[in-house]
Amino acid sequence: MDLKPITTKERLAIPRQTMPAQDPAERVHNFNEVNLGYTPEMAQKEAMRCIQCKDPICIKGCPVNIKIDKFIKLIAEGNFLGAAKKIKEDNILPAICGRVCPQEDQCEKVCVLTKKYTPVAIGNLERFAADYEREHGHIELPEVQAATGKKVAVIGSGPAGLSCANDLARFGHSVTVFEALHELGGVLMYGIPEFRLPKDIVKIEIEGLKKIGVEFVANTVVGRSVTIDELMNEEHFDAVFIGVGAGLPWFMGIPGENLLGVYAANEFLTRVNLMQSYTFPENDTPVFNCKGKNIAVFGGGNTAMDAVRTAKRLGAEHAYIVYRRSEAEMPARAEEIHNAKEEGIEFLLLMNPVEFIGNEQQWLTGVKCIRMELGEPDDSGRRKPVPIKGSEFVLPVDMAVVSIGNGSNPLIKQTTPEIEVSRRDTIVVDINTMATSKENVYAGGDIVTGGATVILAMGAGRTAAKAIHEQLTGQSSDPR
Amino acid sequence: MYNIVSAIFLAENIKKIEIQAPRIAKKRKAGQFVMIRAGEHGERIPLTIAGSDPEKGTITIIVQGMGKSTRELNLKETGDTIHDIVGPLGTPSHIEKFGTAVSIGGGVGTAIAYPTAVALKEAGNYVITINGARTRDLVILEDEMKAVSDEAYITTDDGSYGFHGFVTQKLQELIDSGKPIDYVLAIGPIPMMKAVAEVTRPYGIPTVVSLNPVMVDGTGMCGGCRVTVDNETRFACVDGPEFDAHKVDFKNLSDRNRMYLPEEKQSVEAFSHKCHLGQLH
Repeated sequence: MDLKPITTKERLAIPRQTMPAQDPAERVHNFNEVNLGYTPEMAQKEAMRCIQCKDPICIKGCPVNIKIDKFIKLIAEGNFLGAAKKIKEDNILPAICGRVCPQEDQCEKVCVLTKKYTPVAIGNLERFAADYEREHGHIELPEVQAATGKKVAVIGSGPAGLSCANDLARFGHSVTVFEALHELGGVLMYGIPEFRLPKDIVKIEIEGLKKIGVEFVANTVVGRSVTIDELMNEEHFDAVFIGVGAGLPWFMGIPGENLLGVYAANEFLTRVNLMQSYTFPENDTPVFNCKGKNIAVFGGGNTAMDAVRTAKRLGAEHAYIVYRRSEAEMPARAEEIHNAKEEGIEFLLLMNPVEFIGNEQQWLTGVKCIRMELGEPDDSGRRKPVPIKGSEFVLPVDMAVVSIGNGSNPLIKQTTPEIEVSRRDTIVVDINTMATSKENVYAGGDIVTGGATVILAMGAGRTAAKAIHEQLTGQSSDPR
Repeated sequence: MYNIVSAIFLAENIKKIEIQAPRIAKKRKAGQFVMIRAGEHGERIPLTIAGSDPEKGTITIIVQGMGKSTRELNLKETGDTIHDIVGPLGTPSHIEKFGTAVSIGGGVGTAIAYPTAVALKEAGNYVITINGARTRDLVILEDEMKAVSDEAYITTDDGSYGFHGFVTQKLQELIDSGKPIDYVLAIGPIPMMKAVAEVTRPYGIPTVVSLNPVMVDGTGMCGGCRVTVDNETRFACVDGPEFDAHKVDFKNLSDRNRMYLPEEKQSVEAFSHKCHLGQLH
């Protein structure tokens, strides 16, 4: 189809297409996906807004450099399957990334329309193409190069591991992914809730990897079930990629943190998402019964939003976000904050917990909080919250979720001491290759950066895959 | 899926299950545990590994039917399968030649104390075992414990077998007899472990307990198994499960283990009802 008949002026006149979503009043009672996706008509209309820049800087805004201009053009032309195929040249998990990437800070942030208009909804279009392909049963497998005879072990089946495994398999290597949990997908399964990322979508995207020959071994904790040295020396893996994610949840170190009813976000979300305790007793794993209760989540990131919205869906009467800075400093995506507000989440900003309070049975009954004000900028460049003396008060809550981030799991460090780690126990790598201090061992994702995003982890996995390929074959790596 | 090579009752409601799990069998050390999910809709529960046979590629667990998940496991027969098993997890027992080591097992805790007793013996210790149970029929691993012990004692609360009384009374008796005791390991119900800690505290005898908080993943990720030791929060799954008994906050542990009692009760009732109706197989 020729795109000429439409002028740039006409393109710019098309309003950004709003993603249809479940009504907030309805969705707080179910775990079904919030966003419903574009219709083909909406997708084409949105794609027409792209002015097809000669130098598409949006691509540079994407950690895996999806050929954004090209796939959007294909959507505008009505070639939806072609668009999906184009995305998959660079991103094996488009249905996932289209849902959970912070596009507003990446590709859409640099879209040339952003200055004067609103950016092209690149994420929504990516999601549309991937969903269209899946729903029409035409999932195309990427090309795989001839077998190299090299074996690579990937530790962790989260975003970093999956993207690394995908590229390595396409380079022709034999890839085995080891996962500690019983389900594959890492944080995509245990962390991100069903209402934001349906688990069936994760399963189908992982099926795609199996189809190109990637082998998955669940229930295997590298560092305990088998060590990296054993994988290399006894099981003859030529290289190893570590994508184990962030490990141990941080707590605040305030009194009462071990009372009954105080969770780390990882535990709360794992119970609900991975173990599906929202269906209890159909599934055996219980979770705190939130029905009619007041709950508070401490933190301002995406995980905090996931936890608080989950609690609301479990029937919480009042579900609070308690955050020590103001909304402007919140690390969560704007869309998640917006969705949370629509669902009736109450934001208690510039407030910090100082003590958890319990009853005689040691069940949580409230949290003593102190009000904060913003002072001078700190190391992160954000204005530092400072407590206001004498402003303490008790917020009555029955359940609390601590969502202030994660440290690193110590298992790899303990069992492979020659891998250099930072003071924060994250693995030190050469950022150009993701190589660690141990020969033929690479790492990427949250275990390197500390808690970050799905797409950054995927970018790291791809960088490592390229470097591993070059290391193992002495060839440069551009299969596409 | 993991195959069950054999499943036999050791006592009423206590079953010994041998499972095909070659990687775990090869790596496992005394004091470590596995996370098991019996069926597709099951919980992940931690169970200490009672033994292993690396040649056969099997590990053994000993399960007492308490909640729904353990009862469901206890219905498994030879030839059945277990959906998921992962391990070995946790830090292995610290084993060295202490001199005289007393290994105390209370109830099904004996199954967990046993492998460590074996390791203590292999390290050249003079091993004394105290194997406690409520009543004679619940005494497990009597022969196995005897085989690794220089001195082996059985205690029953009702006096139906062995020493009439608690394991702590037997331990106190040993201490009073002037026997030099260099190390005590106590594994069993929380009140028992706490009582043992109080017996050895005045004498400064190094005492270790294996804690059993509620866990989900068992790898350090969720923070659910946190216990208070020496006034600090530790994760039993990666820092433990064994800790210095004199520093453990047992009250916090038993409080936290009550978190899901109403749900547990609901599950058990539904499960018993199903069993009664014969709808399980």
